[in-house]
Amino acid sequence: MLETALTGAAELKFRDPAKARALAHALERVSGEVGHTPVSVMHVCGSHEQSIAKFGLRAILPRSLNVIMGPGCPVCVTDVPEVDEAVVLAQDGVRIATYGDMLKVPGTSRSLADAQTAGARIDVVYSAAQAVELARDTADEVVFFASGFETTAVATAAVVLADPPPNFSVLSAHKYIPPVMEIVAEMPGTKVEGFLAAGHAATITGSAIFERFVERHRIPVVVAGFEPLDILAGLVKLVELVRDGTPTVVNMYPRCVTPQGNRNAQEQLWRVFRTTGGRWRGIAHVPNGNLRLRDEFAHVDARKKFQIDVRRLWDHAPPTLTQLCICGDIMAGIASPSHCSLFGKECMPDTPVGACMVSSEGTCRIWHQYGGHPDL
Amino acid sequence: MSASVNAAPAAGAREEVVSLKHGAGGRAMRRLIQETLTAGFLDAPVDGIGLAAMDDGAALRVGDRWLVVTTDSHVVHPIFFPGGDIGRLAIAGTVNDLAMMGATEPLGLTCAVIVEEGFRRDELERVQRSMQETCAEAGVTILTGDTKVMGRGELDGIVINTTGVALTPAVVPDAGLRAGDRIILTGTIGDHGIALMARRHGLAFDTELTSDVAPINALIRAALAAGAGSVTAMKDPTRGGVASALHEMAEKSGVGVVIEEPRVPVNPLVRSAAEMLGLDPFHIANEGKALLGVRPDAAERVLAALRAHPLGAAAAIVGTCSADHAGRVVLDTGLGRRLMTEPEGEPLPRIC
Repeated sequence: MLETALTGAAELKFRDPAKARALAHALERVSGEVGHTPVSVMHVCGSHEQSIAKFGLRAILPRSLNVIMGPGCPVCVTDVPEVDEAVVLAQDGVRIATYGDMLKVPGTSRSLADAQTAGARIDVVYSAAQAVELARDTADEVVFFASGFETTAVATAAVVLADPPPNFSVLSAHKYIPPVMEIVAEMPGTKVEGFLAAGHAATITGSAIFERFVERHRIPVVVAGFEPLDILAGLVKLVELVRDGTPTVVNMYPRCVTPQGNRNAQEQLWRVFRTTGGRWRGIAHVPNGNLRLRDEFAHVDARKKFQIDVRRLWDHAPPTLTQLCICGDIMAGIASPSHCSLFGKECMPDTPVGACMVSSEGTCRIWHQYGGHPDL
Repeated sequence: MSASVNAAPAAGAREEVVSLKHGAGGRAMRRLIQETLTAGFLDAPVDGIGLAAMDDGAALRVGDRWLVVTTDSHVVHPIFFPGGDIGRLAIAGTVNDLAMMGATEPLGLTCAVIVEEGFRRDELERVQRSMQETCAEAGVTILTGDTKVMGRGELDGIVINTTGVALTPAVVPDAGLRAGDRIILTGTIGDHGIALMARRHGLAFDTELTSDVAPINALIRAALAAGAGSVTAMKDPTRGGVASALHEMAEKSGVGVVIEEPRVPVNPLVRSAAEMLGLDPFHIANEGKALLGVRPDAAERVLAALRAHPLGAAAAIVGTCSADHAGRVVLDTGLGRRLMTEPEGEPLPRIC
């Protein structure tokens, strides 16, 4: 009746309801065999939560399995001082280019969107390359306020290495995922027995990067893709590893991820960036969790190029609602949006109080977008 | 600027200016209308369906029949789009609103046109021809009209308002759903909105996406005849898409609605384009489709009548009403279940 043009079999293959039901049954059986309830596993990726919510998967997950949403949203964990740096630069007349999600992330007293309303020039870009283009088209200073995990950090590294114009620099808020898994694994409040690792970050880092983590913490890691069947199959494998007490790394996304990852991309990433400790909003100080430009790229580093004094933002009191926000607990996996008194009331996508409601990768935003009642 | 100015306003706080989200067909729009525009008009006694019902139109008892009246203003960018234009939209929109009240044989339409200085005469003629053709399709004519020209920049191109009147022996409200009713969708969803988006943003596809804009009064007439009193509610999923229309029907009727996503007809091209653009087809506007609530024993009969008409060939039973989840819309994705949400503000620039 209708032409099938763009929707290929490849997509539908990973959305087959009968296979999903079979996997859900397997998940129930395996979870029951673990010997205690609930079994708690964590994913560390907003895209996983997107898929789980969009396809209503929580409704078919067994009660004996607790799938916790971890700190998988790079925008959400961008800390207040990082936003403040961008706001100060913007107020000083520098053009800020950034991903759309970053606009509404609250700083100490204001967000970039507030600065824009007050007259600052903020450009929303879809890629690091677009920010460079913007700089080439103007004589103004352009600062790319860069956020994201390994995947987008590689894109930033590529433009830094490609000889950008002298009026271009980078304010890096890039984060590195493996260290925060260590933090979460050691948090007293969490009882994470296994991690579902994000497939797209692993295309860069490779699945072998989790070997050391598994050795140290004796917790299994399964790398999974983002279609519904990818996630369900990943969860079955993960709970099997928990049941068998065999903490290993298993790559359930081999059509995209190799053990070694993308060597070329890694090389670019580490040529440009080094890891440094820093706060992740609402989580903790994460040793080696932040990616900053190496000294040899000081000329492209906005933190070195400009005197950024964020203290002048501090005489404004933060909005009082912020004190009620539990984004931190939600990102650490010890609370869900339904525990928050602001969720869906004072805190809405139009008027976000916490960063989790800002980004399309944020747990609160995802829950709100898909109804906020995942157990139907 | 003081800190309090920067604090996020509470969601319940009153906003001082009207924004685009208030025109998006969702909750924000309904709230604005209820808080401002309908004030003082709601208490007037009406023998029939008046403003308070917030239905697709009004219905007044005249002897043993009902006089149905509805009005709609149309703006769209671009004015000419794949599958239609503002003229076709202006006729189909009002004819369909009448049909959604059960009035499928309009007595006639009025048409008010406001044009911006500098608007091309040949384009105006093209719009007029399109209105003529669409009127012929719907079996209706324009009885009276009004024309205004405004200065350059005082409006954007052209605005067309049409009002329709019709007599019908029985009115179908949008609030009549009962537990057990089946929900029938008369065809594929998202075509109009996605076609406009693709055109506006220069997205290229092998096959051109076309709007579904069409008068569907004859289609609805066939369904009502087959249903013989068993069609309990109707609504056309225009701005805000199927999601907003279903929410409004569920809320007003006090029932829950469960939609089975795999049964919902979506053109694969529309599905792919929506996924690419990060849009939900349930949030996208349609201009030639209807949602019908039908008593369970009549559902297959009504479905057959719809499918026998060219504009209803892809019609499907897509859901069921229940006493559970009153006022809510549950989506069964085939893989799991979740709530269907209404779009927050405009998912795209203006499209109808």
